[in-house]
Amino acid sequence: MKKTLFYEMHKNAGAKIVEFAGFEMPIQYPQGILHEHHVVRKNVGVFDVTHMGEFEVKGKDALNFVQKITVNDASKLTDGKVQYSAMCRTTGGIVDDLLVYRISEDFYMLVVNGANVDKDWAWACENNVGFDITLTNVSDEVNLLAVQGPESLKTLQKLTDVDMSPIVYYSFVPGTLAGHEMIISRTGYTGELGFELYFRGDLAVAEHVWSEIFKAGEEFGIEPVGLGCRDTLRLEKGFALYGNDIDESTNTIEAGLGWITKVDKGEFNGKSVIVDAKTNGTSRKLVPFVVNAERFIARHHYKIFADGNEIGFVTSGNLSPTLDKPIGMGYVTKEYSKLGSKIEIEARGKLFPAEVVKLPFVS
Amino acid sequence: MNFPENLKYTEDHEWLLVEGNIGTMGITAHAAGELGDVVYIDIADDLESVAKGESFGTIEAVKTVADIYAPATGKVIEVNRGLNDAPETVNNDPYGEGWLIKFEIDNMEDIADLMDSATYQGTIGH
Repeated sequence: MKKTLFYEMHKNAGAKIVEFAGFEMPIQYPQGILHEHHVVRKNVGVFDVTHMGEFEVKGKDALNFVQKITVNDASKLTDGKVQYSAMCRTTGGIVDDLLVYRISEDFYMLVVNGANVDKDWAWACENNVGFDITLTNVSDEVNLLAVQGPESLKTLQKLTDVDMSPIVYYSFVPGTLAGHEMIISRTGYTGELGFELYFRGDLAVAEHVWSEIFKAGEEFGIEPVGLGCRDTLRLEKGFALYGNDIDESTNTIEAGLGWITKVDKGEFNGKSVIVDAKTNGTSRKLVPFVVNAERFIARHHYKIFADGNEIGFVTSGNLSPTLDKPIGMGYVTKEYSKLGSKIEIEARGKLFPAEVVKLPFVS
Repeated sequence: MNFPENLKYTEDHEWLLVEGNIGTMGITAHAAGELGDVVYIDIADDLESVAKGESFGTIEAVKTVADIYAPATGKVIEVNRGLNDAPETVNNDPYGEGWLIKFEIDNMEDIADLMDSATYQGTIGH
């Protein structure tokens, strides 16, 4: 099992450690997931997400390669811009969702899910045929902290000369923060104002950056936060989680990711299947729902019924700590995917009423 | 972590306080810690009796859902409905205000196989 350089800092903070994506990662700290959720919504929290993977694509054909393996149109990117995208098999199934960073005209960075690093790397290498590029998996060299919450800007601004307020959502600047070179990216998985910091360096560097961030954020109530609240935070915004809401058996159109799927950009993996899905529609759709039952949380794999028939399954579900009610997402047949559709979720031999709503759950 | 000496414990991480033939039960501090933030306790409004080893309700935590198993068979006297408004009590005070149900134990032989505090702590590696 791998450990990130922040492991001892998590232990010292009293983290509960779980295995995730081959790493020993903090799922929560002593005050718990609900508390950490509110810390991010109201103040500022720091996630260690070093388990995420980073691939560098460098060379003359860098853009052409990125265009082939991802569904969004990377030609729209300019230096310092980030794009949410997905990689698909030629059969249309989603290999992973990812972020594409344009560092320069011939240098892109792909940021992939930690649990998928190995298969993504294999897929990227398999597709690297006939391109004049150098492809490098730098996942083991790059540390990644996500500093998220309304006070994240004020916290980090104290540590850098880079003027951070002009950095708009889905853009980044390379700069020095806490004395170390890093990519300061205005991205995150929480829907809050937040930044992700990519930087190299050994344990001393990691400890220094970590402690500087916590010193800077002390006046704003900064706290370390774990993967548990990362899930509740992203669900409130309706962000897909790979392995739950999307996987190799789903395509981007039925998953509601048509907005990142640019079929007019030229050839790319999975295009024919995706064009067909876009043209002819899909038999099922991923929908957000709220549960209208007391004392029940919908969970991954629970079956969904409507009018007495099984029509789908839950992919994600939890209590929304902000709304204080149960929310979720799941695939349902097209006829029940409309806003306001009444559905029922089965658990423990009972059916619990729910209703299709629109995203985000929490704006 | 605290495991009171005056309670009996099950392999499913419930505790039982026996006073005469009246049992009061809840989940252990270990179980509450493993579940993390408890957000709902779902016990049927019309629950009349429980059967040893069988689930009579569920605990929904942010991370997961867990069944609640009866440590003995008997007639239900009271369900702790106060938990509906304050489910976190199960985390904060698992042996006190976080109790789940009180019931009349039908047969005291049911509790003969329950563990004492030291034995239970051994099973969870304390």
